[in-house]
Amino acid sequence: MSKRIDVGDLNVYYGSFLAVEGVSMAIEPRSVTAFIGPSGCGKSTFIRTLNRMHEVIPGARVQGKVLLDGEDLYGSNVDPVTVRRQVGMVFQRPNPFPTMSIRDNVLAGMKLNSSRMSRNQANEIVERSLQGANLWNEVKDRLDKPGSGLSGGQQQRLCIARAIAIQPDVLLMDEPCSALDPISTLAIEDLIGELKQNYTIVIVTHNMQQAARVSDRTAFFNIAGTGKPGKLIEMDDTTKIFTNPSVKATEDYVSGRFG
Amino acid sequence: MSIDTLPPAGPASSSLAHNQLPRYTTQIVLVASLAVGAGLSAVFGGFSPIRFAVLSTLVFLIVNTTLSAVVEGRRKAVDKLVTALVYTAFGIALVPLISVIWSVLDNGLERFSLDFLQTSMRNVTGLNDQQALEGAAPFIGGAYHAIVGTFLITALASVISVPIGLLTSIYLVEYGRGRLARAITFFVDVMTGIPSIVAGLFAAALFAVLFGVGTRNGFAGAVALSVLMIPVVVRSSEEMLRIVPNELREAAYALGVPKWRTIVRVVVPTAISGIASGVTLAIARVVGETAPLIVTAGFTSSINTNPFSDWMMSLPAYVYSQAMRPLSGSSPQPSFDRAWAAALTLILIVMVLNLVARLIARLFAPKTGR
Repeated sequence: MSKRIDVGDLNVYYGSFLAVEGVSMAIEPRSVTAFIGPSGCGKSTFIRTLNRMHEVIPGARVQGKVLLDGEDLYGSNVDPVTVRRQVGMVFQRPNPFPTMSIRDNVLAGMKLNSSRMSRNQANEIVERSLQGANLWNEVKDRLDKPGSGLSGGQQQRLCIARAIAIQPDVLLMDEPCSALDPISTLAIEDLIGELKQNYTIVIVTHNMQQAARVSDRTAFFNIAGTGKPGKLIEMDDTTKIFTNPSVKATEDYVSGRFG
Repeated sequence: MSIDTLPPAGPASSSLAHNQLPRYTTQIVLVASLAVGAGLSAVFGGFSPIRFAVLSTLVFLIVNTTLSAVVEGRRKAVDKLVTALVYTAFGIALVPLISVIWSVLDNGLERFSLDFLQTSMRNVTGLNDQQALEGAAPFIGGAYHAIVGTFLITALASVISVPIGLLTSIYLVEYGRGRLARAITFFVDVMTGIPSIVAGLFAAALFAVLFGVGTRNGFAGAVALSVLMIPVVVRSSEEMLRIVPNELREAAYALGVPKWRTIVRVVVPTAISGIASGVTLAIARVVGETAPLIVTAGFTSSINTNPFSDWMMSLPAYVYSQAMRPLSGSSPQPSFDRAWAAALTLILIVMVLNLVARLIARLFAPKTGR
């Protein structure tokens, strides 16, 4: 189920503006990879290129290669819709569909694509996904209530349940805890620890303690100045990045002496 | 220091306290001004509602503001003055509305009845009206044919405009980039400003070219109305689609849902309450159009349920013909009464449509309950 990602010399453009330059990295399966770095350094832009979500923004394009278990996501006949079914994503702000119940939100990936499934199958998927997102016990008695009635942390876990319901190979998380309180954050971090048994997880975070707590490997992005492209400065085991990084800028950033 | 022991209250004249008028001062001043206004208008050339209203308002504005300025200070006085002016403006804005409703009710209820809603004008002549006035026969003749016509024409116009308008707005919000989208937006704006008679003449000319000069039927009327209705539908649905949060679209894309399914299953359902009420209001706006229907659908006194052939009456055209061309030149009053009753019917239809719009907005709104 879980797949590895190899990125080779990737440039991301918005129109003629080069936003991220020359990123190469390997993301291991069944592990958590964290992206850290100051605001505007291209972490979110880069993570979106891993499931071609950046294409939603008009004028965005990439050069370079992104290989999912050796298959190029940007090959000439690759449909971004197929890519996104294998590389799921959780966003910064919880975004359950307001017109749907909790149950329908979990099944959204199938229902919106009009996949046929029996009622038993659907129930099974709902229970498995909500169990997987540690939300089952809290919502099992009100599956038919709207998802927007949940608390922020519960909504975010609902979004995670929705993302894992379609059983992707990779799960991208773009600052999944930045809109949540510490207790909900803890719940999500625990969840990430469990999810990595089955999924390749990539997480963008501004919280360095979080990166240190949840990730196996950490990539540090930086930007030389406004208008300059963001670059990958270094990527290594999380413990090494936080204790003994090889680049001075990384050390300044993780120790809070940045800028 | 514990916080449950408050320091002793200071002297009565604390630096935070100011003089204040007693609580019901404004209301008392208002009642007094009404009395003074009535008295003044009686003194200056006799009582009349307009003179009474203007004088009372002036007295109230002056007394209330001065009183407040003397006792409470400048800021409160300005506050009271502006508050009073806002209420006055609101009252003035209500005058035409209430007067329209009042006169339509007052004149329209004369002939408004079940019989009026269920009979047409077929074979009703000036002679009937004269006899009815003399008491020799009952009043006859109603607006059934016009109501049927209005419903058919408006329904057809909606069937034409809603798909075109909705799809246009989807294009503008979800797909449109660059020149074409800007051009469409521009022309939609231009269409919004088209005088309704021009829309009517356009439809009349179109049908003259296609089916021969002088072709008038309900469908031509529906085409004329849809020219007026499409821009309204485009505008209102565009607004509604734009306020659907982008996050919902992204959430759907990230689940591997193609764009068109995202639009059909996520974006439109999220906005449907606003779209539906916008469409209902657009219908309410064109249902009372007169000029375009006169030149396209024409007049008739008979029931015509086929919008594709022969002339078709509509409520606005009915009001127009009864008011301008009474059946009996010597005793026009029964025709005028019918015109008022039809106007009342039209207002009731518009009112019901507005209520339906609100109901739809509430029914389809995304649920937030727990």
